[in-house]
Amino acid sequence: MIDTPGHVDFTYEVSRSLAACEGTILLVDAAQGIEAQTLANLYLALENDLHIIPVLNKIDLPAAQPEKYAAELAHIIGCEPSDVLKVSAKTGEGVTELLDKVVAEVPAPVGKADAPARAMIFDSVYDSYRGVVTYVKVVDGKLGKRERIRMMSTGAAHELLEIGVSSPEMAPADGLGVGEVGYLITGVKDVRQSKVGDTITQFSHGAQEPLGGYKDPKPMVFSGLYPLDGSDYPELRDALDKLQLNDAALVYEPETSAALGFGFRVGFLGLLHLDVIRERLEREFDLDLIATAPNVIYRVIMEDGTEYSVTNPSEFPNGKIAEVYEPMVRSTLLAPSEFVGAIMELCQSRRGALLGMDYLSEDRVELRYTLPLAEIVFDFFDQLKSKTRGYASLDYEPTGEQRANLVKVDILFNSEKVDAFSAILHKDKAYAYGVRMAGKLRELIPRQQFEVPIQAAIGSRVIARETVRAIRKDVLAKCYGGDISRKRKLLEKQKEGKKRMKMVGSVEVPQEAFIAALSTDEGDGKSKK
Amino acid sequence: MPDNGGMPSVLPDGEPMPADGVLPAHALAGAADRPLGFYLHVPYCATRCGYCDFNTYTASELRGSGGALASRENYADTLIEEIRLARKVLGDDPRQAGTVFVGGGTPTLLTAADLGRMLGAIRDEFGLADSAEVTTEANPESVGPAYLEQLRASGFTRVSFGMQSARQHVLKILDRTHTPGRPEACVRQAHAAGFDHVNLDLIYGTPGESDDDWRASLDAAIGADPDHVSAYALIVEEGTQLARRIRRGEVPMTDDDVHADRYLIAEERLAAAGFGWYEVSNWATSREARCRHNELYWTGADWWGAGPGAHSHIGGVRWWNVKHPGAYAQALAEGRTPGAGREILGAEDRRVERILLQLRLADGCPRELLTQAGSRAAERFLADGLLAPGPYEAGRAVLTLRGRLLADAVVRDLVD
Repeated sequence: MIDTPGHVDFTYEVSRSLAACEGTILLVDAAQGIEAQTLANLYLALENDLHIIPVLNKIDLPAAQPEKYAAELAHIIGCEPSDVLKVSAKTGEGVTELLDKVVAEVPAPVGKADAPARAMIFDSVYDSYRGVVTYVKVVDGKLGKRERIRMMSTGAAHELLEIGVSSPEMAPADGLGVGEVGYLITGVKDVRQSKVGDTITQFSHGAQEPLGGYKDPKPMVFSGLYPLDGSDYPELRDALDKLQLNDAALVYEPETSAALGFGFRVGFLGLLHLDVIRERLEREFDLDLIATAPNVIYRVIMEDGTEYSVTNPSEFPNGKIAEVYEPMVRSTLLAPSEFVGAIMELCQSRRGALLGMDYLSEDRVELRYTLPLAEIVFDFFDQLKSKTRGYASLDYEPTGEQRANLVKVDILFNSEKVDAFSAILHKDKAYAYGVRMAGKLRELIPRQQFEVPIQAAIGSRVIARETVRAIRKDVLAKCYGGDISRKRKLLEKQKEGKKRMKMVGSVEVPQEAFIAALSTDEGDGKSKK
Repeated sequence: MPDNGGMPSVLPDGEPMPADGVLPAHALAGAADRPLGFYLHVPYCATRCGYCDFNTYTASELRGSGGALASRENYADTLIEEIRLARKVLGDDPRQAGTVFVGGGTPTLLTAADLGRMLGAIRDEFGLADSAEVTTEANPESVGPAYLEQLRASGFTRVSFGMQSARQHVLKILDRTHTPGRPEACVRQAHAAGFDHVNLDLIYGTPGESDDDWRASLDAAIGADPDHVSAYALIVEEGTQLARRIRRGEVPMTDDDVHADRYLIAEERLAAAGFGWYEVSNWATSREARCRHNELYWTGADWWGAGPGAHSHIGGVRWWNVKHPGAYAQALAEGRTPGAGREILGAEDRRVERILLQLRLADGCPRELLTQAGSRAAERFLADGLLAPGPYEAGRAVLTLRGRLLADAVVRDLVD
């Protein structure tokens, strides 16, 4: 059995897990009904021609409405409500019936038991004690203990140190036969040597044709990650290297920001992926980070035909631009019908185009929109949750690109550009963004000994201006015998604080200002992009 | 009314004091060449003012904690014990007291006789220099001609009155109980009692105070003819009643720009009346009128601070007493030092302190205290108009008027 993550960012993992299965159990909370992510995964399973067993779990909950949601599921997959199993994993009710149904309905694996072995890698995980653990489904033949194997894409050979099944802890076995799912360990240290989608065969007399693999996941969202303390840069690099051992979808390259120093431009599958990586860097590696606002990849075509792929807004080309393309997503939103108006309003304000709308049941609606990915990477999800009191769910998948009227907005302190705050926006939203950002920064930048103008500009055209007035008083009124120690210690603390300031030209900017200005969750409740 | 020389209620962290309070030998090396002063803390107030976070106690705050030992009636005797301890600790240090400053709290809650006896103990143990400056803070409401005459007769030479404001509504926010006009009358009575040196303390930037209120307070103070005025921006300290009232939105917070404006008004009014600034918050009519005791603090000289929570500094060793009057009296009754902790200042600490303190003075700080980085910062401040070019040429970093308002920012870079 393979348990799959539900979130949209990891659709890729879901689809490769589905490719290793013969059937799926669609498990839905009997108190909440189906969520958009689950619906998306269900569609994936249907596309893979997998047999679906619909199940409602948690029927023991007082708030459970199994009849209502059974009707909803039946409507979605086209079965009878009576076909939906009702289960409580907690009390065990209905579990036996479910297992019986799996045995009765899920087709047996097909594959040639006597052919050369072909095993599909659907996941590989780095374990600090055992090295890379590779999860496979054996499609043809069998793999035995201690066998020498070959990765068909690279030709690299390894010896199997261990082979076994998940039940659910890893249990070593003598081998894996046709149709079986299990794990193997070869002692390699880097998940990239055990690539998801690759086919494994025996080293000698192996198979000639690999199985059809998966396409590589492409990063969709980018963010600059910088250590708060510049001297932590090597630690950040090491930490990213370590995370990549376990996460082939994580890509990064070094970049330099005038305002933030040395850091990395990191590509993520989506927003959750970004949050997870940031969180892990901060928690597991004890790093304090500044992250720039997430952005997408833009394709910029100049009038002379040169083409740029822009992953960092500050690298948006100057000069004569002919066309700019932005990535689009097809999104599915599920919500109680009372929120349809609010959701439509939100999607409209994010340049969305309605594709269709269906009632899943009397009071639950599915809305389908195409939206620019850039419009949802910042705070769309938070907005959606707050406008629907947390009831709406969202899923999206990439669906090409569209030409759009996009401009780069720069933020300047004292006429000096602060690269970390540059953003690419639709022309209609640039002005509002500039005004909001300048206003926010005016609150965040401490008063200095001189006046600091804060400007937002498109090219050389200033669209918003705020001023941080010069500080006029910075002196303690009293300093007598009992104040001196305290005063000296305060001074030492202030000197420390000054060291943590980032200098943007001659302007001292506290790191907190960068964090607050770039954060998605701070603030005024208004949308920020 | 702790407006001068009082100490904040929070003690610093430091190393423990030896039980007998003995100082490391180096603290007394070369002591004979340095002036020595005494600060005597009186930790009592009739009521606690809403803005005050000083180490002072009302009768009700003391009840049940520390018992009879901490009582106001026994206080002079307890403090005299510490003066005797000081004599032991300083050993054969030959210095007489050049200055004595009694602060609080409200020193004038003690009888004039008690204050006289405390001063007498210093005279007995150390001797008072002929020209010694002996100041007490005084509450305008609790002193009259007889009290002042008694003080003068026992050797006090200077009185500092907590006037704060000439406006009733401002005094009310500050919880001050005296009536407008009373401090000016006190100055006349002090002059009549033979005091040549009288200070008035003022506070500006109180919520609800206008520029005109402040001008009126300055004019009233100047009109009373003291030879010294201290003017402090109101600091709203955490944990005070005033801080709570501001947080609850009952009174507005005064912003720093208003403080800057009021400071400039003070400088203008006082200068016009013949008062020259000699420290950021202090003005005097002549060099002789300056408070020599406070100058000890700002020049890194030696002083012994006696009383609960008082800080002392002798030759690079700073220590501070336990805060509570009960614990203080207890320690002395048991023959232990009331010192709660101390720090032995290293060369760099002393350099930094000299810059941060002396820069507050009209005499400024000598350029030789600055490192190369500090000198580069000084050049920038000269260019920005925060340091005065003339004195700098002559070897001292001296703040301009604008620089006085940004003194802490200047210090932060000068100590580099």
